Amino acid sequence: MPYQRAKFYQVGSFAVGNRLLAPSERTVQSSLARTNSLTSGHRACQGCGEALAARYVLDAAMAATGGKVVVVNATGCLEVFSTPFPETSWRLAWLHSLFGNAPAVASGVAAALKAKGRADVRVVAQGGDGGTVDIGFGTLSGLFERNDDVLYVCYDNQAYMNTGVQRSGSTPPAARTATTEALGPEPGNVFGQGKDLPAIAMAHGIPYVATASVADLHDLEYKVERAMAFRGARYLHVLVPCPLGWKSATAETVRLARLAVESGLFPLLEAEAGEVVAVTPLRHRVGVEEYLRPQGRFAHLFRGAGRPDIVARIQQVADRNIARYGLVQEAGE
Amino acid sequence: MTMETPFAITLPVGSSLANRTGSWRVERPVYVDLLPPCNDACPAGENVQGWLYAAEEGDYEAAWRALVADNPMPAVMGRACFRPCETACNRAKLDQAVGINAVERFIGDFAIEKGLGFDRPATATGKHVLVVGAGPAGLSAAYHLRRLGHAVTIYEAAELPGGMMRYGIPAYRLPRDILDAEVGRVVDLGIDLQLGHPVEDLAATLEEAKAAGRPFDAVFLGVGAQTAKRAYIPAGDSARVLDALSLLRSVTEGERPLLGRRVAVYGGGDTAMDAARTAKRLGATEAVIVYRRNRERMPAHPEELEDALGEGVKVKWLSTITHVAEGTLLLEKMELDETGFPRPTGETEELDADAVVLALGQESDLSLVANLPEVKVDNGWLSVGPDQMTGRAGIFAGGDVVGQDMTVTTAIGHGKRVARAIDAYLAGSRYERPARHALAGFDRLNTWYYSDAPRTVRPRLDAARRVSTFDEVVQGLDADTALFEARRCLSCGNCFECDNCFGVCPDNAVVKLEQAVRGEGDVFASGGAGRHYAFDYDYCKGCGLCAQECPCGAIVMEPERA
Repeated sequence: MPYQRAKFYQVGSFAVGNRLLAPSERTVQSSLARTNSLTSGHRACQGCGEALAARYVLDAAMAATGGKVVVVNATGCLEVFSTPFPETSWRLAWLHSLFGNAPAVASGVAAALKAKGRADVRVVAQGGDGGTVDIGFGTLSGLFERNDDVLYVCYDNQAYMNTGVQRSGSTPPAARTATTEALGPEPGNVFGQGKDLPAIAMAHGIPYVATASVADLHDLEYKVERAMAFRGARYLHVLVPCPLGWKSATAETVRLARLAVESGLFPLLEAEAGEVVAVTPLRHRVGVEEYLRPQGRFAHLFRGAGRPDIVARIQQVADRNIARYGLVQEAGE
Repeated sequence: MTMETPFAITLPVGSSLANRTGSWRVERPVYVDLLPPCNDACPAGENVQGWLYAAEEGDYEAAWRALVADNPMPAVMGRACFRPCETACNRAKLDQAVGINAVERFIGDFAIEKGLGFDRPATATGKHVLVVGAGPAGLSAAYHLRRLGHAVTIYEAAELPGGMMRYGIPAYRLPRDILDAEVGRVVDLGIDLQLGHPVEDLAATLEEAKAAGRPFDAVFLGVGAQTAKRAYIPAGDSARVLDALSLLRSVTEGERPLLGRRVAVYGGGDTAMDAARTAKRLGATEAVIVYRRNRERMPAHPEELEDALGEGVKVKWLSTITHVAEGTLLLEKMELDETGFPRPTGETEELDADAVVLALGQESDLSLVANLPEVKVDNGWLSVGPDQMTGRAGIFAGGDVVGQDMTVTTAIGHGKRVARAIDAYLAGSRYERPARHALAGFDRLNTWYYSDAPRTVRPRLDAARRVSTFDEVVQGLDADTALFEARRCLSCGNCFECDNCFGVCPDNAVVKLEQAVRGEGDVFASGGAGRHYAFDYDYCKGCGLCAQECPCGAIVMEPERA
């Protein structure tokens, strides 16, 4: 990791804040001065990971830019639950157009700001995994290719949750969704399909690509701040557990994100100009079963005799990530 | 609905505040203060987590003041306590227990070095309490009584105060300058300490005080257990047999009793360990503890045994002494029956020894209450109620004389409880111990958040050096390591302001206190440390993330009332 974790405080390294830390070592979220970009009264479900991540990311972006951010939002849960007419939960400049065109609209906003000589105002585009890896994929690839000055953030909850939990290109293998029922010899989503969008973004050679989770706030805020230090196209992919679609307890959202990381299924990494430059090593490695078991979308893997063969295949995915990115490191943190 | 918004702005900023999502809730989060295991285990009733909280900030004076609210002698505690707090510490299940005792000693030494004094009592109640015995129980009771505003007179039989802290604990464990400093600070609260003043007949003493025009309104008996128990062992004329208490006492008084080269110590308690280690320091080349049961059944604290073994003390397990002659002992091998009771086997062996030190336990001399028939004695100990009062109204007892768990820390705890009981008694009521909070067990913690950090191991003088002197064996922490150690505290069951709840709420429904009430524009004023948080139930949806992600278990979810 290119940044130093605070050491030897009860929880300074991993919790949101700590009264013993110097203000500069605390997270944006620990501050009373945080923007609260997404404020109370929104209609996200209880324990929504996406609502949490959106506030984390945008508050960090606001802190990094002195509050000069314009946000473009794709259609999806985040848009629907935050702006039921005539209310909005946003406390920053925010606009929404269509499901598939958020990257294109963001490019347009960036171009307009450039034309007006307002290089100080930064553009953040955001969407769910549906709007990003499937429906908005073409315009996103265009944004990357043109290297427009936009940070695009994907909040990945691994299916179309808002419309009733249909499979997306980000749904993991074996997960039950409304369109990949847990039936037959290969229940749930198939293996070997779907898109690894951080890798695709890296393949565009854009200045900065990173992955983050709602379970590691220090890491997430560092990556947003780092992203805002670059000009050009940047991509941040944040894992956001969804109690509704994952059929998990509302209180488990952060814990599941943590287990996704610690199992190796969701590697935390940073890449610059197409090359991985840093990974966040696993702190307490766990097997994938610990991550899968609490989720109802994987319940068919554990019912009755269970499907240890499928769990083993998912473990292979995790092990491949760990080997590929070197997530288990020998000494220390 | 009319909207007054600028050009191209379609919705008023943050207008979703009109939607009170708190109505979705079926469970509500509530902040709680639970009882940390260290506090629960402390015989002196210290708020360990509380004073560590201050120490974590490097504010050692605040930590000391929080500590002495319960225990006036932290520097003594930091050397003489058997630290049940550390045995209970939840951190032991994570890596190693917090070195609570080492931090306590550091704080105690800090206060001595800085010359910190106790707050003087604000009021005088006009009541006068007699404390018999200036040991840990008596000094603790006197301290707390004085702070409650009562006048206190202590009658102490010995020429110096401290009781077993002075005459039973060797100087290599508790240096006398430390003891003198902490005892002196208690006495300086305005306590009338009368040394060389034994109380032989309490009834007569009370009558004399009344006749002299300065009667006592209540009495605390903290006379300890000063008499060594004897066992009948057939012995030859020239055999050298003495008891451990006399040995420790004479060393304290500056004598160096002649024990010879080979010393046997008979007994398996902490006093036996102290006696054996003291014998080594007095020049014995061999110090052998003879104990009738095995290691698992030994009453000495394991650490004491380890320290003794580390200094070369040997132990003869499952052995009793059946005869003592000049230069040699006859031992009989024992075996344990199914209840753990030792049975003789008839098999004997000889052990060379120039002297035998008996460490077979202690008992109290209770002749001072012989003329007070209401004061009951049970099995050699004074019998007291839950408020430490004897059968005679106004006469209380605590410490070793009541015969429970005879340690310095327990005695200090009794002193505090007695002071509160006497205070209640003097006000015409009866003391009842307050209800305890629910325990903050390890399963209530979310340990992910705690950084991994090893315990600072106290440097120790090497065994060779420590055996030959009475210098202090266990060295203390310095300011850096003390801070490090204090910050390893998990703060079990008590909020320590990590901001996790404030951060992880997807609905911004946790407010830092002293923050302005949420209103138009959602403006927050500054909040401060030490003020904790509150839930905004207008918006809390009851997801439970705050409770789940609270590191120390200080939030619980309760069913919402219908």
